[in-house]
Amino acid sequence: MLHQLTVAELTDRLDRRECSSTEALEACLGQMARVEGQLHSFLSWDEADARRQAAVADAAIASGAYRVERPLLGVPIALKDVFCQQGQPCGCGSRILQGFVSPYDATVVARLKAAGAVVFGRLNMDEFAMGSSTENSAYGPTLNPWDTSRIPGGSSGGCAAAVSANECFAALGSDTGGSIRQPAALCGIVGLKPTYGLVSRYGLVAFASSLDQVGPFTKDIRDSALVLQSIAGHDLHDSTSLPAPVPDYRTALTEGSLKGVRLGLPKEYQVGGMDPEVTAAFESALKQLTSLGAELVEVSLPHTEYAAATYYIIAPAEASANLSRFDGVRYGLRVDGSSPEEMNSRTRGAGFGPEVKRRIILGTYVLSSGYYDAFYVRAQKVRTLIRQDFLQAFEQVDAIVTPTTPTPAFRLGEKSEDPLQMYLSDIFTISCNLAGICGVSVPCGLTRSPRLPMGLQILAPPFGESTLFRVAHAYEQSTPWHRERSPLS
Amino acid sequence: MAYLKGAMEYEPVIGLETHVQLKTRTKMWCGCANVYGAPPNTQVCPVCLGFPGALPVANEEALRLTVLTGLLLHCEIPRFAKFDRKNYFYPDSSKNYQVTQYDRPSTREGWMEFEFDGEGAADGIARVRITRAHLEEDVGKSTHFDRHSGVDFNRAGVPLLEIVSEPELRSAEMTYAYLKTLTQLLAHAGVSDCDLEKGMVRCDVNVSVRPKGETRLGAKIEIKNMNSFSGVRRALEYEIPRQIAALRRGETLRQETRRWDDDSGITEPMRTKEDAHDYRYFPEPDLMPFAPTESWLEEMRARVPELPLDRKRRFVRDYGLPEGDAEFFRHHVELGNFFEQAVKAGGASKPLANWVINTLVASLSAQAKTVADLRFTPGQLAELTELTASGRISSKIAQEVYTVMWDSGEAPNSIVARLGLAQVSDAGAIEELCRQAIAALPGPVDDFRKGKVAALNSLKGQVMKLSKGKANPQLAGELLEKLLRAG
Ligand SMILES: [Zn+2]
Repeated sequence: MLHQLTVAELTDRLDRRECSSTEALEACLGQMARVEGQLHSFLSWDEADARRQAAVADAAIASGAYRVERPLLGVPIALKDVFCQQGQPCGCGSRILQGFVSPYDATVVARLKAAGAVVFGRLNMDEFAMGSSTENSAYGPTLNPWDTSRIPGGSSGGCAAAVSANECFAALGSDTGGSIRQPAALCGIVGLKPTYGLVSRYGLVAFASSLDQVGPFTKDIRDSALVLQSIAGHDLHDSTSLPAPVPDYRTALTEGSLKGVRLGLPKEYQVGGMDPEVTAAFESALKQLTSLGAELVEVSLPHTEYAAATYYIIAPAEASANLSRFDGVRYGLRVDGSSPEEMNSRTRGAGFGPEVKRRIILGTYVLSSGYYDAFYVRAQKVRTLIRQDFLQAFEQVDAIVTPTTPTPAFRLGEKSEDPLQMYLSDIFTISCNLAGICGVSVPCGLTRSPRLPMGLQILAPPFGESTLFRVAHAYEQSTPWHRERSPLS
Repeated sequence: MAYLKGAMEYEPVIGLETHVQLKTRTKMWCGCANVYGAPPNTQVCPVCLGFPGALPVANEEALRLTVLTGLLLHCEIPRFAKFDRKNYFYPDSSKNYQVTQYDRPSTREGWMEFEFDGEGAADGIARVRITRAHLEEDVGKSTHFDRHSGVDFNRAGVPLLEIVSEPELRSAEMTYAYLKTLTQLLAHAGVSDCDLEKGMVRCDVNVSVRPKGETRLGAKIEIKNMNSFSGVRRALEYEIPRQIAALRRGETLRQETRRWDDDSGITEPMRTKEDAHDYRYFPEPDLMPFAPTESWLEEMRARVPELPLDRKRRFVRDYGLPEGDAEFFRHHVELGNFFEQAVKAGGASKPLANWVINTLVASLSAQAKTVADLRFTPGQLAELTELTASGRISSKIAQEVYTVMWDSGEAPNSIVARLGLAQVSDAGAIEELCRQAIAALPGPVDDFRKGKVAALNSLKGQVMKLSKGKANPQLAGELLEKLLRAG
């Protein structure tokens, strides 16, 4: 079945004229028709627009378009509901953006289009990317294709579920504290958070500007490198994007051996509350990495215990300002009032869900005069220390390996009443955003019963994506896990 | 006690926060045009409308103009500056935060001098310290209709410079003079058009009063959003006596923000300190800090034009011009430059200044022309003054040469040679003309012999006439006298 192919497999078939982009898209739409009722990965999709794009791609292929110039030509790719796509709704899983249609393309969307992709569909997410289960979506949760009584992770739960269930060939998500890697791990696919500054944020609706980064969800590492290659690189519209050339990531995929590669094991990551099956899967992954020639080295990240506290000051602080623009004046939901102030508070009162309000209040509080120094300024200092921890560790090792999450996917509603429990599911992923480094999650096993995926997280220094790909690809190709597909796939 | 208070003398202390729109082609963070008067919401894009996902990119020219202003105001230019978010909800703010520079501005600690006579000045010059000049963005404009309000975002995101003075202004008049000079300066340097009619300059006035001799400041009253200088002066002329009267009555003034009502000519309370905003400033994560390099700063230093007051002083000092001439050249920059080039080409400064201020200005205005239209060069004007100074032509002939030069741009030496206008200083030739004059005018000859020395002028005039103005008048006078006394 076409929809079960990877991006690389699909493009091979397209180039050999064994199938068309239209057929690939129809396969996705057919799969969506079969599983969406159970998963709810998508918030909306524009079939007519997608078919037009696929027809254009087919015409280009027929007229002999060069694959090197348009590496994603004809490949259906879906977007988390957080990216602006011209003429399409962009709702961030929130009521406050009801009715908003974006007048412009995010840079990553424009780059996907330029690479020939068929960009279609809005994937479900925790409202404004605040959450770890997709239960905070204003439009109802997405369910895990491996077990629909469980959450797919979050905030990019729709992306992970859709790619895992073969509803699209790849998806773009955003990762502020683990929102790509955690759901990828819980749905058994590959999720990459690039280095801060590698991929433009222009057109990505901001949650926490200094932590947000765009990355792909894919079925394997080769696809991850392929999609990243198309979206990475300097953007004049994003002052925080790095003005440097992007390396050719394909060269990182050729080496099967990990001889000479030093992998760090942070001693602070041996935490309580770990699921024994996750621990076991991680340990066997370490064995596999060793057998590929890698050397394991214990490293220390001494400020790890402060990461969660630091994150939950900086992210809400930035969010409290980023979300101020949703006031009913220019777009989205408006609840009228007798004065501008009343309109503003009614609109925000009705438009935001409880988790978003919680974080806006938290962020407003930590920035308030009298608390700013004690919270925000201190958190920024700790953030610097956390970054230094990683940079020092990377002087000894090429990459760091950890489990992506402490447990496999939990049940719907299991943690949604307890924000603190929910926050702890990001424990292994948030430091990466605070430090501005890169990380990827690759499937590393399945629990016995029910069969639930688990992820291995690999972290590399700033702009060390090639290292990530090399280690992850060698591991992936020597294990069966990336070929395991969910019952709904 | 009440008696003492009533008798006490008070003095005002005034500081200004002046907001000036920068003269850039585009807005601060996006490519929209920075223009005034377009139909509402036509100069907008996702960035300046605060659309979801849009990000700011700093306008390089705005950064340059900010630093240029800092240099004009003798400020320190820190090697590290950054932008911050100032959070407050208001419908005309497209993001509900304003991007500004809070604790690390692009310029700080400078001063400005301006001409002012009165308290706070010495020898007609006052100096006020500048706390900082920092860069921020303007907001949209609200209009209130019958049953609803509208916001025009054309102005949202226009680069705005906030220039903060120390509280060192001593009167409404002095404040007025400060504002005049500051805006003239910024317009002169091309930083802003400072067009008040178009709302390009707006200021917040901080004013308090205190007993004379007291060094601590009184309760600060802020008068917000003033958009005319005469308004500022009138508001202060109202507010200072109001505060003094309140203190004399024994009242305590409290920190507050007031609004100036231009129609009724009074200030009224807007809000007190208790309901002041907590702006929750924090560093803008969407922008990188601004760290000017030495070579960048060097470029900015080269762009700093001369301050008008410095120019006037230099014209007096370097060219020995009287105050009046220097004042003229301070205001007429183009003519001043022409004058300076003429001096550099070798002319004497005072005669050149006279030529420029009298003759050149008259002919320019008679023909509605500008310095750029001139056919002759500064060097040629210098040549003309040299011809007169050396006695080669008379000042009357010089006017004729000037007219030819004005029309054709021909060099004065060449005109004089071509038309044979050089003064005749050959004693033999002039003596012959003197004899003819004596023969022709017996009346004045008689008068002179009877002792009327002034009669010599009629004879001299006759010699000049006979020589077609080319005879050296001094020599002609000497020879006439010699002939008359001899005969
Ligand atoms: Zn704009």
